[in-house]
Amino acid sequence: MSPAPTSATGQDPAVRLSDVHKSFGTNKVLDGVSFDVPRGSVTTIIGRSGSGKSTALRCIDRFERIDRGEITVCGHRVHEPSLDLRALRLDVGIVFQSYNLFPHLTVEENIILAPTAVKKMPKAEARELARRVLAQVGLEEKLHAYPEQLSGGQQQRGAIARSLAMQPKVMLFDEVTSALDPELTGEVLKVIEQLAADGMTMVLVTHEMAFARGIADQVVFMHRGKVHEIGPAAILSSPATQELAQFVGTGL
Amino acid sequence: MGGSLNLNHLLFLLQGAGWTVVLSVLALVGGGILGFAVALCRVSASRAVRLVSGGYVQLIQGTPLLVIMFLTYFGLPAIGFRISPLAAAGASLTIYVGAYLGEIWRGAIQSVPRPQWEAAEGLALSRTQRMTRVILPQAVRIATPPTVGFFVQIIKNTSLASVVGFVELARSGQIINNSLFEPFLIYSIIAVIYFVLCYPLSRLSRRLERRAGQGRGQTLAPA
Repeated sequence: MSPAPTSATGQDPAVRLSDVHKSFGTNKVLDGVSFDVPRGSVTTIIGRSGSGKSTALRCIDRFERIDRGEITVCGHRVHEPSLDLRALRLDVGIVFQSYNLFPHLTVEENIILAPTAVKKMPKAEARELARRVLAQVGLEEKLHAYPEQLSGGQQQRGAIARSLAMQPKVMLFDEVTSALDPELTGEVLKVIEQLAADGMTMVLVTHEMAFARGIADQVVFMHRGKVHEIGPAAILSSPATQELAQFVGTGL
Repeated sequence: MGGSLNLNHLLFLLQGAGWTVVLSVLALVGGGILGFAVALCRVSASRAVRLVSGGYVQLIQGTPLLVIMFLTYFGLPAIGFRISPLAAAGASLTIYVGAYLGEIWRGAIQSVPRPQWEAAEGLALSRTQRMTRVILPQAVRIATPPTVGFFVQIIKNTSLASVVGFVELARSGQIINNSLFEPFLIYSIIAVIYFVLCYPLSRLSRRLERRAGQGRGQTLAPA
């Protein structure tokens, strides 16, 4: 993977957070968060539990509404009440910690549901697409399996394929390997690495430090609802702040 | 004294049983439609809709079916609406069953894990598509055993329709007993007929419950 800066000048970033504030009740979760995700680049968000990293990610796809600030994603002004939510979610794919394949549908049915229902794609074409995205995640042979017949890693790869089938411009990954044991984690991370190599714009919240370091063009370290440190993956080797040093030092 | 039990009496009882079945099906269909609407209202995005439907459920669950029967059959005519015993019993059961099924089905819908909603949302499915393609198919599987179990309650509860003069199984037993004065024999027969109607459903409910616990792997042909 090229460590070269990926943002072409004069091009808007795929995702921009500007001074984003968000509270749950009296608990301030995001306290003025700003960062850009250039097109075709990979940003990993790291930090302790409760640092606001997952909330920041969920705000990008408007699973949480922000109290103040601005979020722009592929031209969609996410913070505005007039946002076309459907259009936003056509451009953004999200994969969760708990896989969330639909248990009553086969892997293929999981994948073709949204393209046929939302994009009105003909079934035959959608099936072809399903085969393609499953090949991308190395799961072709599980086309007709139900989620419960798959391992956690396979389910998570299926969920990634399902998201890919919508051909999003940006992919969000919310601690997608946290529920997996180390062996299965590897196969999921490999899929994500391949996506990065293919030039997909991605934002990942992760606890896998080695992975975050290896894949990231940009690392965002969050601490107490703020972006505490931000920079290329190298900041993990030479932290500028004590908090990041401590976070990296304590492992994970 | 009307002599001893004969074939005509039995046929009369069976006819009553037929009406019990009719009333049960009426209650299930009417109550099912109403209950489905109630369940959707209970999980509506609108607070007002949730409150009104919740109030309906609370009101009906806090009222004996017998009183609802009295209200529709004797109460409505008192304010100017004539109503037949079948219509009164059918309407009462529909109102009653709608509240309970609405509650059972609301629970089923809400027991579909929250992340399933979010995954569907993330795929840009509309609210209706999320409901019909993702949530309801899963909720149906969760709701089927308790729904079948509740149907057994409905069958037994139709006996209350006898108080509004509707001649279903229990009432036909009463009528025959009034002429034969063989309460032990006749009510035993009534009990057996109710049991025959209910038992298969109880069994089915228990079987479905066991199967629901197993997931759906067995429906797949071996690869």
